[in-house]
Amino acid sequence: MQPFPFSAIVGQDEMKQAMILTAIDASIGGVLVFGDRGTGKSTAVRALAALLPPIKAVKGCPINSAKAKDVPDWAELGSKRVHEAPTPVIDLPLGATEDRVTGALDIEKALTKGEKAFQPGLLARANRGYLYIDEVNLLEDHIVDLLLDVAQSGENVVEREGLSIRHPARFVLVGSGNPEEGELRPQLLDRFGLSVEVTSPKEVETRVEVIKRRDAFENDNAAFMLRWQAEDAAIRDRILKARKSLTKLKTPEKTLTDVAELCLALGSDGLRGELTLLKAARAYAAWRDDTALTRAHVRAVAPMALRHRLRRDPLDEAGSGTRVARTVEEVLG
Amino acid sequence: MANQSWIHATLALRLLRIDAGLGGVCIRARSGPVRDRLTAMIDPTARRLHPAISDEALFGGLDLSATLASGHLVQENGLLETAGPLILAMAERTTIGLAARLAVTLDKGHDHTLIALDEGAEYDECLNPKLAERLAFHIDLSDCRLDGTTEIWSQTESTIALADVTVPRGVTEQITRIAGELGIDSMRAALFAIRAARAHAVLNDRKRVTSDDLEVACALTLAHRATRVPEPQTAEEPPAPPPEQIENNRSEESLDLPDELLLEAVRALLPDNLLNQLTAQKARAGRGNGTGAARKGNRRGRPLPSRAGRISDGARIDIIGTLRAAAPWQTIRRNATGREGLQIRPADIRIKRFEEKSDRLLIFTVDASGSSALTRLAEAKGAVELLLAQAYARRDHVALVAFRGTEAEVLLPPTRSLVQTKRRLAGLPGGGGTPLAAGMMTAFEQATQATRRGLTPTIAILTDGRANIALDGKADRKQAATDAQQIARVLRAHGTDTIVIDTGNRPEPALRNLAQTLDAAYLPLPRADAERLSKSVVTALGD
Repeated sequence: MQPFPFSAIVGQDEMKQAMILTAIDASIGGVLVFGDRGTGKSTAVRALAALLPPIKAVKGCPINSAKAKDVPDWAELGSKRVHEAPTPVIDLPLGATEDRVTGALDIEKALTKGEKAFQPGLLARANRGYLYIDEVNLLEDHIVDLLLDVAQSGENVVEREGLSIRHPARFVLVGSGNPEEGELRPQLLDRFGLSVEVTSPKEVETRVEVIKRRDAFENDNAAFMLRWQAEDAAIRDRILKARKSLTKLKTPEKTLTDVAELCLALGSDGLRGELTLLKAARAYAAWRDDTALTRAHVRAVAPMALRHRLRRDPLDEAGSGTRVARTVEEVLG
Repeated sequence: MANQSWIHATLALRLLRIDAGLGGVCIRARSGPVRDRLTAMIDPTARRLHPAISDEALFGGLDLSATLASGHLVQENGLLETAGPLILAMAERTTIGLAARLAVTLDKGHDHTLIALDEGAEYDECLNPKLAERLAFHIDLSDCRLDGTTEIWSQTESTIALADVTVPRGVTEQITRIAGELGIDSMRAALFAIRAARAHAVLNDRKRVTSDDLEVACALTLAHRATRVPEPQTAEEPPAPPPEQIENNRSEESLDLPDELLLEAVRALLPDNLLNQLTAQKARAGRGNGTGAARKGNRRGRPLPSRAGRISDGARIDIIGTLRAAAPWQTIRRNATGREGLQIRPADIRIKRFEEKSDRLLIFTVDASGSSALTRLAEAKGAVELLLAQAYARRDHVALVAFRGTEAEVLLPPTRSLVQTKRRLAGLPGGGGTPLAAGMMTAFEQATQATRRGLTPTIAILTDGRANIALDGKADRKQAATDAQQIARVLRAHGTDTIVIDTGNRPEPALRNLAQTLDAAYLPLPRADAERLSKSVVTALGD
């Protein structure tokens, strides 16, 4: 069954905005969606794939190389024709073993032909695309360590069973989870560019609309998909347009100062916060089709770019999102 | 006369057969004839899972024995690969990891239904909420006796297709409203209610959902999710709908069923012990990540006897054990296969196991304020020293936090060094105000850090409880008490074990209150010496 269309998700504007921004500029670095049970986290993340414009890749290449010369030798491809393929969105299931994630010895070939061949894993398939982890906070520790390393270096190194292989693995992490069930290590949190917190809608009208659309999706699928896939296509076109205008966007000195001051006031660790905030603000400006970056753009994306980079304050029951919003008010006025 | 919950349980099973999209049912009952009778009605092709099931059994993987025997790759099918009902036995023991895996499977499509058999004895021992959320029904059969059960299973196939059932207008709104009244936050509840109503209509050979279907569906899907009991509405008559609206409705007639009737159907099923269940749920939320308990892994810790097992990711093979298991068979195998050399079969494989106990960390949070210093600081110090000796014997870690004046400070980060702790403690000066809140806050920070490193923290607060310095360092007795209470709530929400030791001359009621908020043991120790103090703490810790 096709996933629930992105544009048919009712409300949850911040979550949708974050997904769109990461689709415009992949270097922002992915989205983390945290929220209660039954708020549509997984639905939204699964819907992301339909929004992404296709990429050019060598047909049959296990790591989705853009050019024929980048195809690794171990892939043993005959023809190296470049074709248009959908952006890979790879699901990393919780039960995935290390072998499946990094790739390992191809047992079939080893047994039948006695050959030592490499069988690529999920990281290879996710190259130039998205890696999606549902319930990211429940991921086994050793898989998390492995991901942290690869996400940082952009390269997957396999040294096992007499194999010695390295291949590019640049992917955008997208994750969802329920914080009540376990925390995420700060190191992994930091690898996500944007983070959003979702709650179930409080207004009866919104809730009714959610249920009606879900019901239509399940019981009248064909008509429903026809209606919303058109909307999805419109968003996709707008993303493509934003990608183009992103290159022409000017960043005034004043905005840079704003960004730096904001991050200083919040005490977010490292410079990653500043960079992500700036990139997200630029993507947001491009999405809105504005020609120059202004304070308004920074203000709009500050919560999602900085929320997960603050030191935890256990007494702040309102959550770190409000803390960011408050500081934005103070610093940017 | 059949028992009400029995009727519901059989009904739930029948609805699940009609619409697999309902996810499943959680049946809470001890093993016995009643449950046996119910499980006998489940599709005999249903596959059984158990809480300790491995990923390979679930998702499939390499079939090692077949691969080795045949010489080419043989993949094994996992339980989840073929659609159909699954029975999860001893569901209350389901770990969060398995719950998440099953939840993702249920989310993906409508091929599987899960029948969870929950045998929990206590309120807080039940199916993982993550999984329970994805099952439409929850039936408690603990009060159902055998004479209340009947065979009411009729195998007649309905002629109506699920997709043909229409839902009258206004039903969605009504269900959403009722879910709101019952304090149900999740959107899944209402979706399940509509699905169940449709399935119930099919069961009764109707092409249209009626008020009867709706009542049953709401009762079955909403009652167990309720977080509050709706107020019975006052007898005020709702205003009659304007006449033109009635005209409009005639074409696609909507149901004329007042909310109150539906709510009544749900309310009849609300468990009497709603409050108990809620507290249990809260307590569980706090203790989410299972630190502190002994964990059986096969990487680190105290070695346990090795066990027969499969070669899987992360498992360490006990070579000696494996050879020992294989040794007696060598001659037979050699004769059978005609091959020379050592012959090891998958059944011989022994896996190393270790029991890893997470270390305990005692965080002493000592009040060194003027009021304490006058009376009991010396005794408290003595008690801590005695506890330290015991902690040393148990190889516990110890941290020391002191609060006085306007702030708290970590005198000693978690350590096993007894000497250092003693020295720091002896040098602890007394005097100044009592910033209890700040002390608890610092202790809490230490505790969260420790949890992340895999320790199990316990906070022991030694104070005379007259908090007079607020968190911001101002001398404001009222604010100080409020702050302390607030942090106590945070501590409790995080499920950190706490002991409050009242070292004042007389038991302080405010401190007893605080202990209640913390859900902590409260030990008033007027005129206690160090020996008694340390004894009480050891008992309270449940050594």
